[in-house]
Amino acid sequence: MNATAMDLKDANLESVDTPTQNEESADSLLQIRNLKKRFSLSGDFLEQLRFKGGKLIRHREYVHAINGVNLDIKRGEALCVVGESGCGKSTVARTVMGLLTPTAGEISYAGQRIDNLSSRELLPFRKRMQMIFQNPYASLNPRMTIQQTLEEPLRLHHPDWNRLKVQEKVQEVMSSVGIDPDWGKRFGHEFSGGQRQRIAIARALAVDPEFIVADEPISALDVSIQAQVLNLLMDAQRDRNLTYLFITHDLAVVEHFGTRVAVMYLGTVCEIATTATLFNKPRHPYTQALLSAIPRLEDDRPQHIRLKGEVPTPVNLPSGCVFHGRCPYANTRCRQEIPTLVTQLDGTRVACHAVEENRL
Amino acid sequence: MTTPTVTQSNSQTTRPRIPSRWERLRDSYLWYSFKRDHTAQLCLAIFIGLVIVAFASPLLAPTDPYDLRQIDIMASELPPFWIEGADERFILGTDAQGRDLLSIILYGTRVSLLIGFGAVILQALLGITFGLMAGYLGGRVDALLMRLADIQLSFSTLMVAIVVGAVVKATMGGAFYSEYAIIMLILIIGLAEWPQYARTVRASVLAEKNKEYVDAARVMGLRSKRIMFRHVLPNTLSPIFVISTVQIANAIISEAALSFLGLGMPETHPSLGSLIKSGFDYIQSGSWWITLIPGAVLVILVLSINLLGDWLRDVMNPRLYKG
Repeated sequence: MNATAMDLKDANLESVDTPTQNEESADSLLQIRNLKKRFSLSGDFLEQLRFKGGKLIRHREYVHAINGVNLDIKRGEALCVVGESGCGKSTVARTVMGLLTPTAGEISYAGQRIDNLSSRELLPFRKRMQMIFQNPYASLNPRMTIQQTLEEPLRLHHPDWNRLKVQEKVQEVMSSVGIDPDWGKRFGHEFSGGQRQRIAIARALAVDPEFIVADEPISALDVSIQAQVLNLLMDAQRDRNLTYLFITHDLAVVEHFGTRVAVMYLGTVCEIATTATLFNKPRHPYTQALLSAIPRLEDDRPQHIRLKGEVPTPVNLPSGCVFHGRCPYANTRCRQEIPTLVTQLDGTRVACHAVEENRL
Repeated sequence: MTTPTVTQSNSQTTRPRIPSRWERLRDSYLWYSFKRDHTAQLCLAIFIGLVIVAFASPLLAPTDPYDLRQIDIMASELPPFWIEGADERFILGTDAQGRDLLSIILYGTRVSLLIGFGAVILQALLGITFGLMAGYLGGRVDALLMRLADIQLSFSTLMVAIVVGAVVKATMGGAFYSEYAIIMLILIIGLAEWPQYARTVRASVLAEKNKEYVDAARVMGLRSKRIMFRHVLPNTLSPIFVISTVQIANAIISEAALSFLGLGMPETHPSLGSLIKSGFDYIQSGSWWITLIPGAVLVILVLSINLLGDWLRDVMNPRLYKG
């Protein structure tokens, strides 16, 4: 570390923390520890057998969708996860909700590990955590009326409620998302995309959850409707004190909606920061490139960063830092050693050797 | 909240009436297409007509062909009314045992329909359950059930019928077999052809189970059984309807073929197939009507079902009509 580097860059390197550190866990609602998920590409056992050099060998290939993700979601915040297509955002969301079983790692909700629970043991958590899906045209059962769709979670989680109470709750939740309760006898396909997404939100809110995973909830909607639905989600957060894990690739939405942002690249988290910090001072080279790609009206902004090449295939992961092939600051250490998330002075956590060594 | 109130006030001014189930049907593409398709209308009319007549046969038939006292052997092989030598008591003539052909065709159609529907209900129960499980649960369950289906399909219905028939006749005796022939045939045809259903259902389940409403149901915490039967199954009904029409026709044909070969309904309680068989011995001696009239009824019945199935397939084909 020389003095010029110290002058040029903030001396913001504070501590190298291990992925399993617990200092943040006091107020965190959901903890993801070293989560990994891979998908097999090679089919069943018989399809894996190959002849190679006269010998029968078992050949297996995997898509490494997420490789050691660590996230803490604090009570009451909206943590946005951004990244380009195929970086594992949705896989994180689906693994958190138990739709996928993780290959390795732990997920804890309010201090209790949930990734290894049976579906029966998970039921009390289902009431506390809900999910909103991307495509409102596919997320409502086409053969069920809205009333039936909204009653189902209530009947499951409140078996002691009578018909009247269920009805009242459905009416309440429908009007809270701006759908006329009189439309309950209609089917999903009779509504527009925005209305359907409102109904999907109502379904998630019906059981009064405290945590909602939203997997690109507005990206399938018309631009004019996106803001309405986003506002609805923010109102719900304020009124019901919700915590969000919000998956998106729309940086404008992140700026508007997120308390904190996690940037993902090829199945790893490269930077976590509060929204303002991330947009003002992106640390990780990938985050810098990503933010510079936002089209803006000002013409005095610096030339946007062009990354070389393409995202490597998640089948054969690069050694070391997954970003090293495209990073202008990569050196031998980046090619060999996988960087861990390091907490900076302002609380931002960055997984980058260059930032750690103050080369950047 | 600003946006919700906007929607609410909009909805109050233009609140449409919720249509009833009947109105939904009348507005549906199914009804629209049915109104324009004269073939479908004719086929449905013939089919419903045959079903009503067949199941009301004890009331409509001039004689009871199962009652031996009403049979006069001297009146055997009488021709239908438009041929010289006909007896006015027997409009369509009589068979070789002197039974009134009209009555026995009505009773026989009832037997054929019973076996057809019974077998298809059994096929559907087995096939839908196995297909749903194979498609939704996947993995080993899928592999096991689909290999079972492959094995089942490699036995022809005929072979199953011969084996089951032989075993039952050898162990329980011929009288027992005759008495329970309808149940036997339902079991044989039902068990032999469930893989058709299972494969169709599995294919649609594979397409449906990756849709987000299934994920939403899983996130809700619903159990697999409820998701399969309450969420996935209703969305695979279109192909099930279509295949059901084809399978009813197939089952009736299978039953007729088995009876024609002497493996099906006994002469005393004939189905359309056994009637054709019983008349077949006399076709060379000029009594063609004993075979041809039941044969024509069988053809009309199966043809009308098949044409209805064709129409239904066209209507429910999502590539032609998306809804």
